[in-house]
Amino acid sequence: MGVISNGTTMLDSGALDSGVATGKLTLISTTTISTSTSAVSITSGINSTYDKYVFKLINIHVSAQAYLQVNFRDGSTAYDANKITTMYYASHKEDDSDQELVFGAGNSLELSTGIQRLTSGEMDLSNDSNICGYLCLYNPSNTTHVKHFIAQTEYMTNSPSAETSYIAGFCIATAAIDGIQFTMSSGTIDSGIIKLYGVG
Amino acid sequence: MGLISNGSTIFDSGSMASGFGGSLVFIKKLTASSSSTLSFVNGSSGVVLDGTYKEYLFTFKNLHTSSDDDQFKFNFSIDSGSNYNIAKTSTHFYIINTEGDSNSGPTYYNGGDLAQGTGEQITTLESGADNDECDAGYLHLFNPGSTTFVKNFICQMSETGATPRASSNHIAGYGNTTSAINAVQFTYHQGNIDAGDICLYGIS
Repeated sequence: MGVISNGTTMLDSGALDSGVATGKLTLISTTTISTSTSAVSITSGINSTYDKYVFKLINIHVSAQAYLQVNFRDGSTAYDANKITTMYYASHKEDDSDQELVFGAGNSLELSTGIQRLTSGEMDLSNDSNICGYLCLYNPSNTTHVKHFIAQTEYMTNSPSAETSYIAGFCIATAAIDGIQFTMSSGTIDSGIIKLYGVG
Repeated sequence: MGLISNGSTIFDSGSMASGFGGSLVFIKKLTASSSSTLSFVNGSSGVVLDGTYKEYLFTFKNLHTSSDDDQFKFNFSIDSGSNYNIAKTSTHFYIINTEGDSNSGPTYYNGGDLAQGTGEQITTLESGADNDECDAGYLHLFNPGSTTFVKNFICQMSETGATPRASSNHIAGYGNTTSAINAVQFTYHQGNIDAGDICLYGIS
């Protein structure tokens, strides 16, 4: 059964008509981490359907005082896309004894296939500590251009302090990016949610 | 009544089925009119601010203060707006450029961060009150309904400074509570929110 309003088809054959406004942020997948894992890989839904993809990190809780990190898959099974990146962060201790805004040279990559840090400080392990933020990946299926990404995370470090990291860069490969992997520099990701959205 | 097309449920129980519609869900718009505060309280006036969504987005459009050289700010509540006094630890830095092309930054702003402070989080430096001046930006609040985790937030404000100058403010931190946050209040430090609107969205 279809629905036609004032001569315009709204839905038919079990789907909304493409002309019906439904919003431009579309949930593709939700990955819920409920048991400790060394790596969270998302390999489905990253294609040419959208020009922009957004990964949302919700309440990522970890097992070790370590760094959350990311890498990309570019045509093989390995997460080793070549990258150039920048990273800076702002940090402020809960006891007000220190605050800083720093370009994290040691956290940036210059033509590296290794991981990119998404946090610049080591995580606090309190039960209420967690990481939230986002990573935008632009046009991952393009086979002409490099693949830009922009990320920001906010979290409690082991100082304890509030810290926010800004990361941006690009994968130099012209091969399509079809997977992303989140890991810790040591320990595991104990819990959290990673949502993938398509924009457009 | 539901609506089923070709075996697929499109609408049922007053909502669109999963897989249809966008993930940015409009919840509430508050329009300022010489308002001393604008408050979003879960369960009040159609506001949803609980565990329904894992992320909420506030957008600020054309916020105009009644007092020159003002600061736009916010606070959280865990008792449905009876008290806005949640301890927060945060960072704040800015980049500025005057209309005379005098620029500086990025600069960490000691006066705009909080170290377990229960007062309001400042988001602008010196908001101007000329007729054409206003502030705009956004605030992401992650999983306010959680009773396990602190509540992370990320905010950016573009400010028309009284100097006059453009200021880009970057604020982030956490509400250091494991109680659910169920209300958020916005104010200016000195004046009223003369005009402008704040919209609340849930991200599903």
